Amino acid sequence: MALVETRNLTYTYPGATRASIREVSLRIEKGEFVLITGPSGCGKTTLCRCFNGLIPSFYQGELEGEVFVAGLHVSEHPIYEVAKHVGFVFQNPENQLFALSVEKDVAFGLENLGIKREEMRERVDSALKLAGVYDLRERAPHELSGGQQQRVAIASVLAMQPEIIVLDEPTSFLDPLSAKKIFEVIYDLNKRLSITVILVEHRLDLTARYADHIVIMDDGQVVMDGDPHDVLRSEEARLIGIGIPKATRLFQLLKADGMNLGEKVPLSSEELAEMLREAVKDQ
Amino acid sequence: MIEVKDVHFSYPNGVQALDGVSLTVKKGEFLAVMGQNGAGKTTLVKHFNGLLKPTRGEVLVDGVATTKVSVAALARNVGFVFQNPDHQLFSETVEEEIAFALRNFGLNEDVVKKRITWALNLLGLAQYRKTSPFMLSGGERKRVALASVLAWDPKILILDEPTIGQDYQQKEKLRQFILQMRTRGKTVIIVTHDVEFVAECNPRVILMREGKIIIDGEARKVLTNPEILEEASIIPSQIAQVFLQLSEMGLPCNVIDVYEAKSILLSFLESHR
Repeated sequence: MALVETRNLTYTYPGATRASIREVSLRIEKGEFVLITGPSGCGKTTLCRCFNGLIPSFYQGELEGEVFVAGLHVSEHPIYEVAKHVGFVFQNPENQLFALSVEKDVAFGLENLGIKREEMRERVDSALKLAGVYDLRERAPHELSGGQQQRVAIASVLAMQPEIIVLDEPTSFLDPLSAKKIFEVIYDLNKRLSITVILVEHRLDLTARYADHIVIMDDGQVVMDGDPHDVLRSEEARLIGIGIPKATRLFQLLKADGMNLGEKVPLSSEELAEMLREAVKDQ
Repeated sequence: MIEVKDVHFSYPNGVQALDGVSLTVKKGEFLAVMGQNGAGKTTLVKHFNGLLKPTRGEVLVDGVATTKVSVAALARNVGFVFQNPDHQLFSETVEEEIAFALRNFGLNEDVVKKRITWALNLLGLAQYRKTSPFMLSGGERKRVALASVLAWDPKILILDEPTIGQDYQQKEKLRQFILQMRTRGKTVIIVTHDVEFVAECNPRVILMREGKIIIDGEARKVLTNPEILEEASIIPSQIAQVFLQLSEMGLPCNVIDVYEAKSILLSFLESHR
């Protein structure tokens, strides 16, 4: 069984007239960096809520099909058991911060796990530094800006050192350089510690390069699932309204006009620039 | 027209957010305010509708100082959409949310109904008319907040991070809408980190850092200047990055548009054959 696996998952929120996700079957292996994208309202956030048991335990509603996370059949376990394996960074950081200081917020999850004080100190400090909020550790989270709150939410999940981190547009309030640094930290944890990363994002220009698996959703269903280079080269991905990285788009436009730079589509400016240098050299 | 004259602003906790900002935004202009977190972008635009008043200096909207009129009176002309829609939405249905300001402005019910329908169609929300905003996704809530302000058709529109949570098609619609607003003589000011969106719109851009404006110019000039962008914690847009990396080959460095990029590269490779 894969580390995260859904089988024919269909879910309807209480009071809703139609299902938010339909027949979703997905396999995510240990150590993968998965990017989930798709039009606004297509069910990305809903799917993520199934990964840590918020659906169905918290949201109620009607769930069909199965979700397995780290060997647990999610709907048969309380959220706190699933949460030991899955860290979750919400779309709106205000929904997850509550303590009176940043430091206490980041320590909260560790207290619940019963981590020893010295180790807790170390893990909290290291997570605060990784997320770039160490200097804010004594401030109250609700007084911070949206971008700072997002960093604190990320720190509180990093401190838990979960096997799986789910991030729902985790840097939407951050400036591009800060967002890039955060993605690099997450990518590093993914590669170094084999932490499985599930990232929901619209901004593929910033994130496609990190992914080794991309899932595209549309209207509650998974419509494409595979290697980013394969998925993003397809015309279908563009037509669904995915924000194809501009380097990929430029490559496609050049190809349409008879200038083929190679078989593998570029996902970053570095990849495209390299292909263009080669093209000039060859001539 | 908005005139910002040597504005300084400190929050009650002593943090100085603006440190001598001067700026004129003309009627019909499209301005993007960019810069690192905490640079003072949101603080600056909150001065445009009087939510914040300068500690020193002054802000004039159509010739009137914002200290001389109430926020409610300014709001009729200056619409503001907040960064976080959850700070703005409170009604039980999307329709009620949009109707709220319209009724407060004293519009009659027929006009209110028409405006609601117009705004819902514009933002692709028609099917959610009777839905609670809190049942919607993050990106959809953001559009409801936008609809509720667009509905009263303000002369000046301020959008704080309008592209957050929006997919490519929604962003494209937003871009078209902004262009439409401009042809109607409206002023549009966006605060954004979204370099790709700015690269596609090519507005006037100001970059802020530590409460000051560090550069003011058209997008293709500002977004292709890596040194100054780095100071403002911005990364060049992806097309600009490609051309910056290839500058040693004699390609121009000020390209941000993907179609322009295509033509330049095609003729460049042609000439190297």
